[in-house]
Amino acid sequence: MHVKHKDRIVFTALIGISLLTITVLLWILGYVFLKGWRHIDIIKLIPPIVATMYMILIGLGISAPIGIGAAIYLNEYAKGGKFVERIRFATESLAAVPSILFGLFGMMFFLTTLKLGFSMFSGGLTISMMVLPTIVKTTEEALKTVPVAYREGSLALGASKLATITKIVLPSALPGILTGVVLGTGRIVGETAAIFLTAGTMYKLPKNLMETGRTLSVHLYLLAKEGISFEEAYGTALVLLLVILMLNICTYLIGAKLNKNRGR
Amino acid sequence: MKYIFWLCAAITIIVITFMGAYIIVGGLPFFSHTNIVSFLLGKKWNPSGEIFGIYPMLITSIYATVGATSIGVVVGMSTAIVLVEILPLKAAKVFSAAIDLLAGIPSVIYGFWGLMVIVPIIDKFWGGKGAGSSLLAAIIILSIMILPTIIRMSEVSLKAVPKEYKEGALGLGASKFQYIFKVQIGAAKSGIMAGIVLGIGRALGETMAVILVSGNAPIIPKSLVDPVRTLTANIALEMGYASGVARQALFATGMVLFALIMLINFLLTQFIKNAERRNGNARKA
Amino acid sequence: MNKIISIKDLSFYYGDFEALKNINLEVEENEVLAFIGPSGCGKSTLLRILNRMSDLAENPKVKGEITFRGQNIFHMDTIELRKKVGMVFQKPNPFPMSIYDNIAYGPRMQGIKKKASLDEIVEDSLKKAAIWDEVKDKIRKNAISVSGGQQQRICIARAIAMRPEVLLMDEPTSALDPISTSKIEDLMSELKKQYTIIIVTHNMQQAARISDRTAFFLLGELIETDRTETIFNLPKNKKTEDYITGRFG
Repeated sequence: MHVKHKDRIVFTALIGISLLTITVLLWILGYVFLKGWRHIDIIKLIPPIVATMYMILIGLGISAPIGIGAAIYLNEYAKGGKFVERIRFATESLAAVPSILFGLFGMMFFLTTLKLGFSMFSGGLTISMMVLPTIVKTTEEALKTVPVAYREGSLALGASKLATITKIVLPSALPGILTGVVLGTGRIVGETAAIFLTAGTMYKLPKNLMETGRTLSVHLYLLAKEGISFEEAYGTALVLLLVILMLNICTYLIGAKLNKNRGR
Repeated sequence: MKYIFWLCAAITIIVITFMGAYIIVGGLPFFSHTNIVSFLLGKKWNPSGEIFGIYPMLITSIYATVGATSIGVVVGMSTAIVLVEILPLKAAKVFSAAIDLLAGIPSVIYGFWGLMVIVPIIDKFWGGKGAGSSLLAAIIILSIMILPTIIRMSEVSLKAVPKEYKEGALGLGASKFQYIFKVQIGAAKSGIMAGIVLGIGRALGETMAVILVSGNAPIIPKSLVDPVRTLTANIALEMGYASGVARQALFATGMVLFALIMLINFLLTQFIKNAERRNGNARKA
Repeated sequence: MNKIISIKDLSFYYGDFEALKNINLEVEENEVLAFIGPSGCGKSTLLRILNRMSDLAENPKVKGEITFRGQNIFHMDTIELRKKVGMVFQKPNPFPMSIYDNIAYGPRMQGIKKKASLDEIVEDSLKKAAIWDEVKDKIRKNAISVSGGQQQRICIARAIAMRPEVLLMDEPTSALDPISTSKIEDLMSELKKQYTIIIVTHNMQQAARISDRTAFFLLGELIETDRTETIFNLPKNKKTEDYITGRFG
């Protein structure tokens, strides 16, 4: 009886505390939706949206091929040893480095040393370094789920290792790799610290790679920080949140498709 | 083709090494201006007067991280236990999706929400020199931001505890919660610790959200409602217009941050190794 | 009868572990040769050496020689070797693509692009694998959507599409139900007219039913090879007799 009583208290406490998590989430979502929906001004947001697109394209354009290549090496070619351990440590460290340090590095190296200036290109290069570990990790996980039997079947038919990877392994791992790319997109869209030090903070439409501009996140940060216009800030926050929501839904759709494929 | 893949993998090593080296090279000359002890323990930060002491920021980062982690661990672990052991599968799935969403919200939105909601609340009830912008606000926002990390890692490790343990414990007459707190959490310890360490890294490294809610005064906080500035905020706020020694000082700040993060990452890999060994053993047994 | 494969003084190691000890064996053209023996006796290892799938193992080491039509296989290009020596695995492993694409995978690899030729190869291979009638209407469907027994015959068809000379089968029916098993056994007696078949099996009745000759392995050694009737009725070696009569294994 005594234990049961105690259990009930613990149970209630746990439920109560975990409800906090949900409450906070709903509070944030509700707040941004309610305050924001009347203030979305898409025309005004076009320059930041274009700048965000630049970041996504350059960031993923660089990190996706390298990250997928690295994951292929780790999962398909490497046979353990010191080098693999070092790569693992490197990707983990890269994932752990705070984004402000990427900004610091990007600003000094891409802007000052390479003289690329505040530009979409500088920002894209910096952000590609940041999302690299995400891509490597998710791709590697995806490759691991491809059954060895597929590889053996292909090799036994006289296919080369490379053909086996490109024709059998990568297509089977595609949904998982896509999830990684979507996650990377989310990080790029949400990033502020690394981008405002490298791509710049000017409110303008970047017409090419070498021009500066501010992304949605940077836009929101500046609006809030300088207290310029809270109304615009609400609208921007909601747009940003909708983009993230959409990306989240994407990963679920991909995940559902993945389960369907596996479940026959 | 193998060599191209090899090269891709090697790039990850090159990037982190180059970045680390670059920050160190950028920061080292600074120490001919101010020695490392007076840099780390100096209580005054005044770039225009060329006085560089980061003690206030260092201590703020530590306070904020410890505070956020304490809240994050209590709430995060409770949530993980509810997810794994209490909720029925369907409800757990919905809850889980909500946590994914929480993890995906950009830090600047957390900062914005904190600025508009949390800061006014603090101002109303406790006031403070920063009109609500304070260490407390930073701790609250950071604790929310690290929740998903702690929940996910704890969830995974709690789930990995072999069923036999549960059957064994319940068979000996333990109640469900006695099992959870005395057996399951113990068995999942390494994984949960890894999650906590990962959360610490997040909290220490977060910049934009903190800038928006903390008031950014480079002083040693005497109370929870004092306005404060973290190491990361220090770099972000001054990088734009610092030059010469002041810029080197920011690089040196970056070095300190980098060193702290690498230390945390080292601890993390140790915990993960431990967790893997444990899981391996459990599976064999 | 012509020898198609000769194995001379073959030893094989995984790292330090000697998995096969000094094997000598000849394989004749158009025969069905069965490898039997308890688990871990090396029969599957030997099968996987014959098309060098063994290269994928960790630290494989080979001593001795295997010739395929007079050529030392360890000096051959693995891709060329595997085209001539096809393999069917224990668990059906169709690729997650359409039945058609599964069969056409190998030929496409060899550079056959014309739709008409591919169509012909696909139909022919599926017919030879005795599954054409069952799948001809769903040839564009995903191969993993059909039953296990059908999947295995698709895998056989996929191997046949390469026009190999030898088919290696690693316990091809162990994951299947009795009806599918008997279909595949019937298929093998049909296939041996055109191909040389080497089959690893755990099931002694199966070896007795389908093979011309049987080789018995124990602890990495080849104990005895003979006509299948002889092995099952009058084995020369005491160990073979003990195994056949079910004293161990």
